[in-house]
Amino acid sequence: MLRVENLTVKFPSRFGDVTAVEKMMMAIAPGEIHGLVGESGAGKSTVGAAIIGLLQPPGYISDGTLMLGDTDLRSLDRYQAHALRGKRISMIFQDPQTSLNPLMTVQDQLVETIQAHEDISTSDAQARAVDLLEEMGIKNAATRMRSYPHQFSGGMRQRVVIALALCTNPELIIADEPTTALDVAVQSQVLDLIRELANVRKVGFMLITHDIGVIAQIADTVTVMRRGKLIENGSTAQVLGSPTHAYTKQLMDAVPPLDRKIDRFRVPADEDGLVAGQGKGDKAEAWLLAGAKEDAVGLTLNDVTVTFPGTRTSIWRKPDPYVALENITFDVRPGSIMGIVGESGSGKSTLAKTLTGLIKPASGTMTLGGGALPGGRARARKHASRQLIQMVFQDPYSSLNSRHRVGTILAEPLWLYGLVADKDARRALCMDMLNLVGMAPETIDKFPHQFSGGQRQRIAVARALLARPKILICDEPTSALDVSIQAQLLNLLKDLQSAFGLTILFISHNLSVVRQMSDDVVVLRNGRIQEIGPSEQLYENPSADYTKMLLSLTPVMPKDWKLG
Amino acid sequence: MLAFIKRYEGLWLFTRSPAVIIAAIVALVIIIGAVFAPWIAPINPYDLSSFSLTDGLLPPVWEEFGSEEFLLGTDDQGRDMISSILYGARLSLIIGVCAMTIATVLGVGLGLAAGYFGGRFDAIVMRIADIQLALPAILTALLIDGIARGVLPPEMQQNLRVTVLTIAIALSLWVNFARTARASTFVQMNKEYVQAALMQGQHPLRVMFVHILPNILGPLLVIMTVDLASAILLEATLSFLGIGLPADSPSLGTLIRIGMQFLLSGEWWILWIPTLFLVALVVSINVLGDFLRDVFNPRLR
Repeated sequence: MLRVENLTVKFPSRFGDVTAVEKMMMAIAPGEIHGLVGESGAGKSTVGAAIIGLLQPPGYISDGTLMLGDTDLRSLDRYQAHALRGKRISMIFQDPQTSLNPLMTVQDQLVETIQAHEDISTSDAQARAVDLLEEMGIKNAATRMRSYPHQFSGGMRQRVVIALALCTNPELIIADEPTTALDVAVQSQVLDLIRELANVRKVGFMLITHDIGVIAQIADTVTVMRRGKLIENGSTAQVLGSPTHAYTKQLMDAVPPLDRKIDRFRVPADEDGLVAGQGKGDKAEAWLLAGAKEDAVGLTLNDVTVTFPGTRTSIWRKPDPYVALENITFDVRPGSIMGIVGESGSGKSTLAKTLTGLIKPASGTMTLGGGALPGGRARARKHASRQLIQMVFQDPYSSLNSRHRVGTILAEPLWLYGLVADKDARRALCMDMLNLVGMAPETIDKFPHQFSGGQRQRIAVARALLARPKILICDEPTSALDVSIQAQLLNLLKDLQSAFGLTILFISHNLSVVRQMSDDVVVLRNGRIQEIGPSEQLYENPSADYTKMLLSLTPVMPKDWKLG
Repeated sequence: MLAFIKRYEGLWLFTRSPAVIIAAIVALVIIIGAVFAPWIAPINPYDLSSFSLTDGLLPPVWEEFGSEEFLLGTDDQGRDMISSILYGARLSLIIGVCAMTIATVLGVGLGLAAGYFGGRFDAIVMRIADIQLALPAILTALLIDGIARGVLPPEMQQNLRVTVLTIAIALSLWVNFARTARASTFVQMNKEYVQAALMQGQHPLRVMFVHILPNILGPLLVIMTVDLASAILLEATLSFLGIGLPADSPSLGTLIRIGMQFLLSGEWWILWIPTLFLVALVVSINVLGDFLRDVFNPRLR
C-alpha cells in the first residue's frame, strides 16, 4: 500500500544542504504494523513527516518515490496534499497533552475532523464519533465526549487522539512515539488497541519509536535507521531476533533485558575512539581512592512524609495538603546500589529532592552514616552532607549551566568544598577526571552545547564525583539518552561504584534498567512503598500485586531471540 | 569573511535583513555624530559668541536664500541647526543611556532577587513595581522635579536638571527589567543546573549572579535596546513639555519645542529637522531591538 523508494530529504542551511534522510526504502501493507527504530537524529520522524507532507520548511524531498496505493504523493499540489492528509494518511503524535485543542470539547474536535473530509450532517458525524470512541474503549462515549481534553487521563486522551486519526478511515496511520509519554500500564493498553485496529480495520501503521521493547511486542516488520540511512529492514523476528548487521547487533546488545541481570553491557568503541570506563584518568582515580579510604556510608529514611500545599478551594479554609510521599522507611546499605522504581507521579523525584535538601519533609527523620540529616532549609549551607551527597540529574541539557565552560563547571565542587586549593591543580584534576569518565581532556575548554546528551551526562557524573561524594543520587540519569549511550553510562556508573565504594540511589521508571543496576529495589506508587527487597528476589518472585503488574506489562523481547 | 559570518547565527541573520542593516547604519551615524559633536559641529550652540543674530532664520541650503555655511539652516537666534541637533542628540543620548543603565541595574537586581527568594520579598517588590506602573512617567518626573526644586538651593537646580531628568526616567523604566528578570529567574530556578548549585550549598549571590544572570541576559538585552529608545522619547517628551532641559542647553525635545513656535510661520526646518532626526534615531534603535529579540528567541523566527 505504502511504497517508499530512494527517499532523500534535505535541509538547506547556511552551510549548504544537510541530508537528513538518504535513500530510504520501505513498504507497508494494509494491516501491517511497521516499526521504524533508530536513535535520536536518525531521521525517523523526518521520514514520517515527508510521507504525510508536513516536512518542516525549508526541508524538501530531493529525490525518491512516495506511493500510497496508486497515488504519487510527490506529485500532489498543496491543496491535493491537504485533502489527502487526514483522509488517507493520519498521524498520532507523541504527547496527547498538546495534540488536542484544550479549548474544544472532544466531540467538537471529532465532528470538525469528520466534516472537514466528508459532506455529512452534524448529527451523523456525532453518531460516528460516538461509535469510534466506543470502539477505542471509552465507555459512555456519548456523554464523555462533551468533556474537554483535560478531563481525560493521559491514556484516555491518547485514545481520543487515535480516534481522531481514525475517524476518516485512513489507509495509513503514522504514529510518532505514541506511547513514549505514557506509563507502562497505559502504554500496554494503547499498544493493544493499535494491534487490534491493524487486525480488524486493516489500517497500516508506521510506528516510529526508539523503544525496542515496544517494537518487539507489536511490530510485524521493522526498519532500522541510523543517521538518515537505512540499515536494514525485514520481519521483526528476523531483523531484531537474530540480528546480522553490525549496527543492529550493537543496538540489541545495548537493550537492557528485564528477565535477567547482566554484569556489563557489550559496548563497541564509540566515535571518539574511547570506550566507556576505559579512559586513563589515573590521577583522578588515585585522588578519588584517597578520599574513599574511610568506609562507605549508608543512608536511612525513617517514616519520611512529604506534603505540598494543595489547591485552595475556599478562601476561608486552609487547603488539604497533597501528600507526595507517605511514611517512607528504607535503609540503603553502605556501598550498595538501591534502585527506586515507580510510574510518573509516584514521588521518585520528590524523594531525591528531599534527600538533597531541596524539599523539607513534613515529618520523619533521615540519617546519613549515623549522623542526622536535616531536611530542607534546616540543612545549613555548609553542612557536611552537601559534599557527601551528590546528584546526577535526568536532563543533561539543563543540568549543566550552558554559559559556563566545562572546566568552570567541573572545578566548582573542588573550590566550594575546599578540596583543592591551587587553581592549576584543580584544572589538572578536572582534565584527568574527564579522562576517567571516558572523555578527551581537551574538552575542558568547551561549552556544554558542544556535546551530545551522553557526553553531557558524563560531564555531570564527573562533576558529582569531583565533590568526593559518598552517596550518589541518580535521578533517571539515562531516560533522555539513546540505548547505546545508556549502556555506556550504566557501565560507567557500575565501574565507578565498584572502584570507589560509592553508595548509589538509582531512580528510574524503567524496570529493566533498574534490574541491571541495583542490589536492592524499592517500588513506589503514589508516594507509598509497595514493595522493597533484594532486587533478584523482587524481580523473580514479586510479592506485591503492583510489582507483578508492572513486570508483566513492561514490553519485553521474546525469549527465543538470540541476544547478548 | 563569509565563513566567519556563517559561524555566528546573529551575524548571518544580520547580513540577510536589509532593514536591520539600514537601521544599524542610521543609529551608528547618529551616535557617532553625537559623541563627536564638539569636534564635528561647525559651531558650539552653548557658546553665545559662536553665532550671531544676523544669521537668524536662514533656510536649509537647497531652499531659496539658503547659505552654504549653514547646511540645514539656522534658528531664530542664528544657531546652526546641524550643531544644535548634534549637541541635542548628545544630551538626549547621555540621558537615555544613563537612565537605561540605572533602570537595568535597579530592575535586574530587584527582579533577580525577587525570583530567587520568592515569597514575601517577591510580593513586596512586585507590588512596588505595580504602583510604579500606575504612575505615568511624566508624573514621576514632575514629582521628582518638584522635590528637587523644593529641597535643593536654586543655584544647584540648574546644574542638576540632567540628573533629575535621568533619575525620573530611570524610575519609570526599571519595572520592565524587574518583571522580565523575575519571570526568567523563575524559569531558571527550576532548571537542574540551578538545583545542582543549590544542592551543593553555593552562596545565594553566586547562584544569582554567576549561574542565573548569564542565562537570562538574552531577553534583558532586548529590553535594554527597546528601553533606550523609550528613554530618549521620554526625555524628548518631558523637554517638549518644558519639564526637561532649558532652552540654553537644548536636547532634541527642547529643539522640537522651540521649533513649534515657527511651525505656522514658514520656518518649517526649525521644527521638522530635529523631529525627523529623533524619529530616525528611535525607529532605528527599535528595529535593532526587534532584531535582537529574533536572534535570542528562535521560536519567533
